[in-house]
Amino acid sequence: MPDAIRLALVIAAKDIRAELRSRTALLSASVFAALVLVIFYFSRDPTAVPAIVLAPSVLWVTFAFAAIVALNRAFTVEREHGAMDGLLLAPVPRGALFLGKYIANLAFVGAVQVITVPLFIVFFNVDLGAALPGIVATMVLATIGFVAVGTVFSAMAVRTRFAELMLPVLLLPFMVWPVRWAVEITARLLDGRPLSEMLGWLRLLALYDVVFLTLCIMVFGAVVDE
Amino acid sequence: MPSSEGGLLDASDLHRAYGRVRVLRGVDIHLTAGEALAVVGPNGAGKTTLLRVLAGLVRPGQGLIRVVGRTLQPGDPDARRPIGFLSHQSLLYDDLTVRENVMFTARLFGLRDPAAAARRVLDECELGSRSGERPRSLSRGLLQRAALARALVHDPQVLLLDEPFTALDAPGADRLRGLLQARLAAGAAIVIVTHQLGEAWDLATRVGVLAHGRWTLESPRQGSLAEFVPQWQAASGA
Repeated sequence: MPDAIRLALVIAAKDIRAELRSRTALLSASVFAALVLVIFYFSRDPTAVPAIVLAPSVLWVTFAFAAIVALNRAFTVEREHGAMDGLLLAPVPRGALFLGKYIANLAFVGAVQVITVPLFIVFFNVDLGAALPGIVATMVLATIGFVAVGTVFSAMAVRTRFAELMLPVLLLPFMVWPVRWAVEITARLLDGRPLSEMLGWLRLLALYDVVFLTLCIMVFGAVVDE
Repeated sequence: MPSSEGGLLDASDLHRAYGRVRVLRGVDIHLTAGEALAVVGPNGAGKTTLLRVLAGLVRPGQGLIRVVGRTLQPGDPDARRPIGFLSHQSLLYDDLTVRENVMFTARLFGLRDPAAAARRVLDECELGSRSGERPRSLSRGLLQRAALARALVHDPQVLLLDEPFTALDAPGADRLRGLLQARLAAGAAIVIVTHQLGEAWDLATRVGVLAHGRWTLESPRQGSLAEFVPQWQAASGA
């Protein structure tokens, strides 16, 4: 196994192990997602707008906000007791460091999404049925890109005095497009249209992933090194 | 300060500023195997910045650092491999046990048997029986030993220690001196930043006084601490 991949897995395993002990990011992001769904559920007028019309936007807004809560934690743990210095002192290429944090963040955000989907089904009485594989594919494609951007911005924001405020300010503009494309796909899938009709948006999501994942690996060193 | 090739740690003409405040102004260091430099100086003299620059955590505005003959630069992660760094902070994760923390560092350094390396260094730091605990449950002294274990697990050839005697009781400080003495005998080089020069005096082969970002005194250790104190005070501007 190439050394960079081995090191990335070591870092990701450390983050996942620490998170499974503390459950800080998972628990707070999952509760947050549930609360967002509750607020949307009670704030809509069911006689004016059918649930199915709102559902795709609600799902992706919830995913986006919950991801920010989870990503906020990514580098906060490294700030405590100066642990980030320990990572930076090790003979770890910055690309491997990024990949390690990124894999762990993907796992956290993915776990929050897995918890959110059943809650979404219950609150919005949506039958995902045949649309589920397409929605899962969309979740995977959209999440790969914005978690990459979120990992870099989380590393950047943690160095500021208002890290928890900075991350959404930095990240949300970069989430607009993947979230918009994902909403378009989800709405059509819930409407019973075939996934083949959405290939254009899926390609855009894939392109976003390739472009931003590459950019993030390239700039991460400049973000974490002094 | 004299400088020659072939040292374990060679730093020349190090400058560093934070904004308009110049923290380091042309610091040189040359240490060979078995040498220990004790760095003292008043608060704000640039001691901690010097250590962070030497570790590669802070980039010097000017100057060059070579560790075991390899230039320290961001694009060369392997150049950091011979460095062991003990900071003001523990650099440990609260949600991992002490053993897991040390093993994590061992894995980052690519040690063949991280578990064995962690066990060895934890025993060396007399933490074996407490290694299953999390850092937050340890006293300040034990935490310092855990941080030291983290810094030593990969057998670094160059040790950069910021206030290593902080929070240690007298037996703990003795043990640390013995441990560092053994590392020096094995061919390591050590930089110790301290306010407690008495703790590091017997260990040091050289003593440097840093004031306003430059050496005001740097020489081989000679005589007793009591004899050195007047020179130290004069060099610190006291």
